[in-house]
Amino acid sequence: MAKEKTFVEDVQRDLYDFRDEEIDFYRVDTGLTKDIVLQISEEKNDPEWMRDFRLKCLDIFNHSKMPPWGPSIDGLNLDNIVTYVKPKTGMAGKWEDVPEDIKNTFERLGIPEAERKSLAGVGAQYDSELVYHNIRAEVAAQGVIYTDIESALHGPYGDMIKDHFMKLVKPTEHPFAALHGAVWSGGSFVYVPPGVDVEIPLQSYFRLNAPGAGQFEHTLIIVDDRAKLHFIEGCSAPKYSVANLHAGCVEIFVGDDAKMRYSTIENWSKNMYNLNTKRVTVGKNSAMEWVSGSFGSHTSYLYPMTILRGDNSKMDYTGITFAGAGQELDTGMKVNHIGKHTTSSVNTRSICKDGGISNTRTSVVIAPNADESKSIVGCTSLMLDSKSRSDTIPAIDVRNQNSDVGHEAKIGKISDEAVFYLMSRGISEEDARAMIVSGFAESVSKELPLEYAVEMNNLIRLEMVGAIG
Amino acid sequence: MSATLTVKGLKAGVGEKEILHGIDLVINPGETHVFMGPNGAGKSTLGNAIMGHPAYEVTEGSIQYGDLDLLEETADKRAKAGLFMTFQNPIEVPGITVANFMRNAIEMRTGERVKLWNFRKKVKEIANILTIPEDYADRDLNVGFSGGEKKKAEILQLLILDPDLAILDETDSGLDVDAVRVVSKGIQEFQKKEGKSLFIITHNAAILEALDVTHTHILVDGKIVKSGGKELIDEIFTEGFEKYIEAEKAE
Repeated sequence: MAKEKTFVEDVQRDLYDFRDEEIDFYRVDTGLTKDIVLQISEEKNDPEWMRDFRLKCLDIFNHSKMPPWGPSIDGLNLDNIVTYVKPKTGMAGKWEDVPEDIKNTFERLGIPEAERKSLAGVGAQYDSELVYHNIRAEVAAQGVIYTDIESALHGPYGDMIKDHFMKLVKPTEHPFAALHGAVWSGGSFVYVPPGVDVEIPLQSYFRLNAPGAGQFEHTLIIVDDRAKLHFIEGCSAPKYSVANLHAGCVEIFVGDDAKMRYSTIENWSKNMYNLNTKRVTVGKNSAMEWVSGSFGSHTSYLYPMTILRGDNSKMDYTGITFAGAGQELDTGMKVNHIGKHTTSSVNTRSICKDGGISNTRTSVVIAPNADESKSIVGCTSLMLDSKSRSDTIPAIDVRNQNSDVGHEAKIGKISDEAVFYLMSRGISEEDARAMIVSGFAESVSKELPLEYAVEMNNLIRLEMVGAIG
Repeated sequence: MSATLTVKGLKAGVGEKEILHGIDLVINPGETHVFMGPNGAGKSTLGNAIMGHPAYEVTEGSIQYGDLDLLEETADKRAKAGLFMTFQNPIEVPGITVANFMRNAIEMRTGERVKLWNFRKKVKEIANILTIPEDYADRDLNVGFSGGEKKKAEILQLLILDPDLAILDETDSGLDVDAVRVVSKGIQEFQKKEGKSLFIITHNAAILEALDVTHTHILVDGKIVKSGGKELIDEIFTEGFEKYIEAEKAE
């Protein structure tokens, strides 16, 4: 069969694994000290409040304790992590102005092509800094802002950022939120004014090239009343033998009668500790949709959280996790029902093979005043061999008498009978297994933008090759 | 290319349990062989052993298809050589439509690309012959299909994939009269074509009426105890298996 073209061209592991030489890049020393935080702050020309905020976060981090639960992060030693690596370039508004090797990286990942074809705007981050940001003129003309946070801090939206930055995810919440607050760099700021429907998606792509580095991008999205937005996030990195850290933060504020969809496909290399925090607060009659694919990383902690603040607000979460050899992916979601008549629906799929561990952690809280709310959570796992492990860990806390909550967990294996059935039609064992796994993932892949769905299927195929024989 | 299936001294079973105790069988191109016998006689085991089900272990004997030693080949290779089997309980595979699945299977078998337009036309044509709705092919493979729909989908695959030797394992069981008619019609269509061989396991007389049966075999306790022509079917339907079972016990 001819391969379909994807944003991320043909999925060969070497596609993600290529690395660029770092020439004259600016790096801070490894580890985390006040001097390093101040150095980053200076490098970024922070406003005073941001510099103070960073120092406060550092202080919180220094006094915080690692969570007593979840996968081990012993392999991550912050003293060895470089928190800030600045490529030797500014942020460009045209791909021609991006340095050749960095531009080639994004070309190989298919980003400029995707931008031409089907995106309203693109941000591309390389290590700690955005190297490219652009938005279609007609979308900008509607008043939509899509830029890096650093420049927005100094522009007319500086106060808006100050009012929202880490207000939803507070630095006191966990050590990596505090760490993020101290050394954050890059990411995107999106503002969609009232009533504006951004019909085609915006996409930010985060590429971490530097070995032993951390990436701490901050994505702040504000979707005003009656506005609509689809935001796509992609991530990848080449593989190194040293640990890399990703501790990004996504904060989304959705107004009333609005709609937001956030799609991610994450394919970090398998030396990455992905300790990411994502959160949204949703106004009345508004809808939030998460679509999340987690394939890469050595260890992940990832639980996007939704606060259904407004009455009649709703949330749909669709997620897939694929854990292979040496990976422990702890993913899931949290939802807090605050408003009345709020609904949430969750469908997660997890696949594990070759000793990979995939945990699905979910938390549903229905507040006392969230009358007549509904939540349904379904977690399905597929284990491809008996070496692998999959756990579903639900927490449900309902504080009123008139809400409706359901949780269902299923776990299965690929039956020999199913493989034989497909093989009896002339399909090879490897393809038969890949077909069954793709089918299992289909309820997620159909929610993804087409190109990402194709990429995800390719990733599954890639992961499945060599699974047997 | 149609070839002759030759089974010699076949012993096979599941785990430690031997089910087939030495089967000899020759199916030439163009022949239709019907296998009858009480439950547990080993009919499905024989079909599965020929198709290459990994759960069925062959301990003795050989299975040749033309020059090809089938015991050396996995099920997909056997399918590529021209074999096909319908299942009693077809597996549900979400995420892939019947049409895409069949197209994939043909492409993988032949290594050639199937043109979408021609393929759709062919599916439509065969769906019409089988009087099954066209949208059938656009549903996920067997997902949410009723028992009858699954069996019809198997027959649709039989006609689209167009193998040379088809093993039909109780394709008629649990079907209502209408569904039996569709299945029977599909098998007739297949039989009409030059050089096609059939290996049919059934308990159903209705499905055989319209078929040109060349051989009938009665299996009891893992052995072929009697072989004959179509007349043997009539004998079984009037007299049952009892005398063969008794004879086998007496041995």
